Amino acid sequence: MNILVCITHVPDTTSRIAFTENNTKFDKNGVQFIIGPYDDYALARAVELKEANGGKVTVLNVGKAETEPTLRKALAIGADEAIRVNAFPSDSYFVAKQIADVAKQGEYDLILMGRESIDFNGGMVHGMVGELLGLPSFSPVMVLEVEGNSAKITREIEGGKEKLEVNLPFVAGCQEPIAEWKIPNMRGIMSARTKPLNVVEPTDNTKLTEIAQYELPAPKGAVKMIDADNVEELVNLLKNEAKVI
Amino acid sequence: MSVLVFIETEDGKIKKSSREAISYGAAIGEVTAITLGSVSNEELASAGANGATKVLHAADEKLNAGLIMPYAEVISKAFESTGAEVLVTAKSSLADAVVGRISVKLGAALASNVSELPKTDSGFVVKQSIYTGKAFVNTTLTTDKKILAIKKNAIELKTDGAAASVEAFDVALDDALFGAKITSSEKAEGDVLLPEADIVVSGGRGLKGPENWGIIEDLAKTLGAATGCSKPVSDMDWRPHHEHVGQTGVKVSPSLYIAVGISGAIQHLAGVNSSKFIVVINKDEEAPFFKAADYGIVGDAFEVLPKLNEALKKALA
Repeated sequence: MNILVCITHVPDTTSRIAFTENNTKFDKNGVQFIIGPYDDYALARAVELKEANGGKVTVLNVGKAETEPTLRKALAIGADEAIRVNAFPSDSYFVAKQIADVAKQGEYDLILMGRESIDFNGGMVHGMVGELLGLPSFSPVMVLEVEGNSAKITREIEGGKEKLEVNLPFVAGCQEPIAEWKIPNMRGIMSARTKPLNVVEPTDNTKLTEIAQYELPAPKGAVKMIDADNVEELVNLLKNEAKVI
Repeated sequence: MSVLVFIETEDGKIKKSSREAISYGAAIGEVTAITLGSVSNEELASAGANGATKVLHAADEKLNAGLIMPYAEVISKAFESTGAEVLVTAKSSLADAVVGRISVKLGAALASNVSELPKTDSGFVVKQSIYTGKAFVNTTLTTDKKILAIKKNAIELKTDGAAASVEAFDVALDDALFGAKITSSEKAEGDVLLPEADIVVSGGRGLKGPENWGIIEDLAKTLGAATGCSKPVSDMDWRPHHEHVGQTGVKVSPSLYIAVGISGAIQHLAGVNSSKFIVVINKDEEAPFFKAADYGIVGDAFEVLPKLNEALKKALA
């Protein structure tokens, strides 16, 4: 079974977010980049499926050379080869188009990614890739079991979940608890150095959006502490100051 | 400007977030809405109060389940047949899965997590919440057709419009679009949906076990709130995953978020930092969550919550 896993290269959740150049560029200074947490779940499930069924896991990122350590980490976790589309991921449609064009070059049974990236949080790319390839797309997928040519998936819906049966191939945006995150072991890290990492140029430069400017939210005021024996004061503040009840 | 709004329903009622999407659409243009599956004409006409002039109804029973491919097809057809320039939808589990497909079908630029009305004095610029609420980006949509998925509480709900007219909208749907079979669907009955809720009461490990959730539920009931939880609580199966609030769970933006026995790990804060007001109740005065809160109480949840519940009941009576 051939699985394509698309990963993002994003700032760690704990990063302080700041911008430079008159708020038009993300400030990378001191920021640690990681595989997107949702993408990490997708990758872990792909490696499990490969271990159970045989086949190959290809990991894909759209990004400049700076993302290669993130791709190497995915190889250390268990992907067999990596592809980097050499371009800044400037727009969700642009990224989806690159993924779809790479996917057309291989015969993939599954195309997995996180339900959303944790930088732009759009959650739009899986649907776009599905439409571009004429394949079904599902998100957020929390269970994925493959049996021969079909799969049983569980999708989270608001207030619950639904189970579906669907034929391969398809695109899925994944989230926990689809698999446990995998931590690369020493053997994985050593073998990742020699696994293939192919760099390809973008096929299409169409973008549908342009970033005008970033903004940071207004700083939060100080917390008002209320005595545990005076809950009436909290009720009063919620009613008359915050006006939310 | 001609606007199409996608309306989602829940138990035959228009979701509150969809009513907000209609209000958003009405603030930028003339709104036709589209809804799919069984729902009464009377309920659909009520979309007029929020600013819809007309509601298109694709009533085919096959559309009662929220299937991604058929939904994308019907909404795209409605967009084209109404000559709309902008599609507005509330952000939701279903809308997220559907709008990417529509964007490709229509060649329309797509902005998600939109938190304000667009600025149109120079191009069409929307403000989107990014980095899980830690920043915003102003994005220019450069195509003629546009899609906006709006965040909860992005706009004041309009309620004073006249009833909308309701028209059948029939689309021939290829069987191939129904390739995915929903084999079962589980849904908590009668609860307030977490992403829709104006008030959320969440519990963490400080509650010591699932058997103690009664005090959370009682408080939620008094406030008409949804219940949420932290990641460890969902990981330990004390509560179902769809209640998990945080970086890898549900991101909420209610008017009021009450966190009980949650220390406030950064992954949890990522899910709540768009809330208008945050109340933290924790017995550890060093809990990092207090720094992100508007109001805080240091105290034992098992003593504070019942007292708070009684005081709220009195105040709301």
